[in-house]
Amino acid sequence: MNSWKRTGRGTRVRYVSGFSGEEAGVLRGLFTEVRQMLGNRAAQQPEDELAALTGIRTGPTSRPTDRVLARLLPDFTSEDSDLASGLRSLHEPELIEAKDAAAKLVLDTLPEAGGRVELDVDQVDSWLAALNDVRLALGTALDVDEQMPEQLPEDDPRGPHLGVYQWLTFVQDSLVRVRVRSL
Amino acid sequence: MDTMSAPSPSPTEQVDPGVDEAAASDTPWQAIVWNDPVNLMSYVTYVLQKVFAYPEPKATALMLDVHHKGRAAVSSGDKDKIEADVAKLHAAGLWATMQRS
Repeated sequence: MNSWKRTGRGTRVRYVSGFSGEEAGVLRGLFTEVRQMLGNRAAQQPEDELAALTGIRTGPTSRPTDRVLARLLPDFTSEDSDLASGLRSLHEPELIEAKDAAAKLVLDTLPEAGGRVELDVDQVDSWLAALNDVRLALGTALDVDEQMPEQLPEDDPRGPHLGVYQWLTFVQDSLVRVRVRSL
Repeated sequence: MDTMSAPSPSPTEQVDPGVDEAAASDTPWQAIVWNDPVNLMSYVTYVLQKVFAYPEPKATALMLDVHHKGRAAVSSGDKDKIEADVAKLHAAGLWATMQRS
């Protein structure tokens, strides 16, 4: 994969890159995994007869115990736990839906065997959000922090995963840099 | 491709984001963005431009506040507006919370 390129003008602007079969496989695996995690969380949402009557969905009131999910679905406030519970219940179903839709769009626009990816501006925004979610998930699982070295010692089992994380960082950063030129 | 990571505070530390003394009663709530070791500086700036239609210099200044001070108040207003702002920031993957001014 090379840097993203912008082609065309006005409403015909497109953002183009290409992925090898291996790269597409890695990306598709990660996005599928994130969708699955979000789907499992969504399945925990209470079935409630009020929601069935009014059409107003409510989600769980408590933060996910899994730290990766907790980072993808943060609390709305740290000051007032009742307010945090209420706002989570109100907003979480929609947030999960938005994240799932973004990940699905990536899967729909990324050929399974690899190849050319060509996106319009709205599709770029979905890609950016979805890439960010995958990096958050992987970064949390890898305990990425300020002191993380570029390369881990050879015997560190996180080494290959860190390589994937750094590559995702490149893919996202390169896409942000071409996207801001259309703002 | 710098990330938002800064020497301090660590992302798990709870830091009092402080109170904006100048906040008037018509802007009783603030959206706060917190420093995060994963989110890219370029991406955070972009999200602030996109979500709030801030000009690039203002978005960059807020991003740098997040980076260096650990957090920044990125918008203020009534509770409904700030709740909607935080929801948009969460959809973009930023670590954001709301608090009374």
